[in-house]
Amino acid sequence: MDRLKQSFDSLAARGAMGIIPYLTVGFPSVKDTLSLVPALIDGGADVIELGVPFSDPLADGPTIQRASFHALAQGVNLGTCLQVCKQLRDIGITVPLVLMGYYNPIFSYGLERFAMDAQDSGVDGIIVPDLPFEEADPLQTTCRQHGIHLIPLLAPTSTDARIAQSCEKAGGFVYCVSLTGVTGTREELPPGVPAFIERVRKHTDLPIAIGFGISQRHHVESLTPLAQAAIVGSALIEVIEKTNDGLREEAVKDFIAGLKGMVPTQGRQ
Amino acid sequence: MKASDIILPDSWGHFGPHGGRFVPETLMTALEELEAAYQDSKKDEEFQARLSHYLKTYAGRPTALYFAENLSRQSGGARIYLKREDLAHTGAHKINNALGQGLLAKRMGKQRIIAETGAGQHGVATATACAMLDLDCLVYMGEEDMRRQAINVYRMRLLGAEVKPVASGSRTLKDAINEAIRDWVTNVQTTYYLIGSAVGPHPYPMMVRDFQKVIGIEARQQILEAAGRLPDYAVACVGGGSNSIGLFYPFINDTSVKLVGVEAAGEGVESERHAATLVAGRPGVLHGAMSYLLQDEHGQVKETHSISAGLDYPGVGPEHSHLKDTGRAEYVAVTDTQALEAFQMLSRSEGIIPALESAHAVYYTSQLASTLPEDSIIVMCLSGRGDKDVDTVAKMGE
Repeated sequence: MDRLKQSFDSLAARGAMGIIPYLTVGFPSVKDTLSLVPALIDGGADVIELGVPFSDPLADGPTIQRASFHALAQGVNLGTCLQVCKQLRDIGITVPLVLMGYYNPIFSYGLERFAMDAQDSGVDGIIVPDLPFEEADPLQTTCRQHGIHLIPLLAPTSTDARIAQSCEKAGGFVYCVSLTGVTGTREELPPGVPAFIERVRKHTDLPIAIGFGISQRHHVESLTPLAQAAIVGSALIEVIEKTNDGLREEAVKDFIAGLKGMVPTQGRQ
Repeated sequence: MKASDIILPDSWGHFGPHGGRFVPETLMTALEELEAAYQDSKKDEEFQARLSHYLKTYAGRPTALYFAENLSRQSGGARIYLKREDLAHTGAHKINNALGQGLLAKRMGKQRIIAETGAGQHGVATATACAMLDLDCLVYMGEEDMRRQAINVYRMRLLGAEVKPVASGSRTLKDAINEAIRDWVTNVQTTYYLIGSAVGPHPYPMMVRDFQKVIGIEARQQILEAAGRLPDYAVACVGGGSNSIGLFYPFINDTSVKLVGVEAAGEGVESERHAATLVAGRPGVLHGAMSYLLQDEHGQVKETHSISAGLDYPGVGPEHSHLKDTGRAEYVAVTDTQALEAFQMLSRSEGIIPALESAHAVYYTSQLASTLPEDSIIVMCLSGRGDKDVDTVAKMGE
């Protein structure tokens, strides 16, 4: 059963744009992650991306850095993140779960052990921001044997040759970074995004998800129907940061529903 | 010279299992362009002539190879020769690489230069090269290091560079590199990242080594002239490892020459407060390359400690990891206290105040010399002058 394929097929059948929220595991606590994920799904999230904290998150802007350092201070590590996935499956979560984490914790855990444990924990895919295709073979091969997709990142600076090579090995979906920069919210997306997506589309039939800078409904609208999903990370972390304990589940649910165009966005402009 | 026969790294930047390019996709095309521009510059006679000209007339090369007779006598044993990189412009070997990469940036038409610095030596060298080459310079420096090395912050600003404090993580060199990479990811089309050590994604470890190998090429020729033979040992301190790879590389095929890198043991390798990556680390990925790394059991990078800000780094250049794995070089560690002892010893015996980084190599060299016969020869790289450290040492004495 390929949960990512099912999820994107279902979106395509409905002609709908998917929303993929990103949460750092253990932000603000592991318990919160376990209650926030179901709330995101209630809001309409199609895939859940769970961030593995790392001491040196060099592709991340200040918001996700903050969340990452906070989670590390709570003692969260890759093993914790895998346990969280397993617990989410145990409480009946069926949407695809994708981990996003830097390479060293995975390498340190052991590639084979990671792929086995990820499979056991119900993980569907992994995104590794510091692992371009040239270095990805060992993880790719191991993950494939365990039914885990290694989802490649592509950037506006990627040449057509690099896009072709990345897409050749891709599984699950392709993650297009909307801009040259680190994660974090932006007022407007760069004007070159549609042309970039079209450039990638020539090389793959896989769903394309676009991330970095997305925080508002009009961003999502501007990407429909070119991309199949939008990834939202820093904006969601900021919603969590400014909402009091006890109200966060409702707030993130509304935020995702707002991005989906189901209800007006509350609390965030 | 046989070193030129060695075809390392491979075309993807690997030294055995180490090295490579572990960076966000956004930077990959820029690294490919950088590598192509660098390879072109090697064949460009005008570029090479210009670099040689600046190294000679601006940086003051060749630097001297000095027979440290008093230190040798005190140590009791081998004859110790010091490769005087402290005499290069800006007071350390860092200028060799800053000039090389600065000229390369100019050749690539990149006007905006960013760099990271720990102690400030590379920041000062970069600011210096940028002033001379009329390039814009922004240096990232951890807040903690800015406090510790205030005089170098002032020097960089005097040279026209902007110094940007880094408040994330441990607020030291590791975090300054993270922030420089974030800047580069954002401004990759217009910006040249001038890395200061033989670390980072390919082609940096190769390129920095090549710009620093002038140290070893000169030293090899100078010792042949002075002693009529190759040394028994070549010794240098290792933080990221640029002065050491610069010294070692031209001796790699001279198998009779033993290569020893000296890391910072801080308060002791067993204490957890050290920066002895090759002695106590295991392979991992940081700042774009696979190499030995100080990390916890979960693969989180550890905070390090050394009295010397230039050695206070949890990673190390990938070529050193390869030299360790193959046994071609040996790596040892020297504590803060031992380095301070050597700092004073060299000042008093030879009238040379070494940088605290270099003092680690001085301590080991002196100990090693005492175990060797009198006709043995050690060439040690005195990578920098110690004026910047006088304050730190004075405070330690209080």
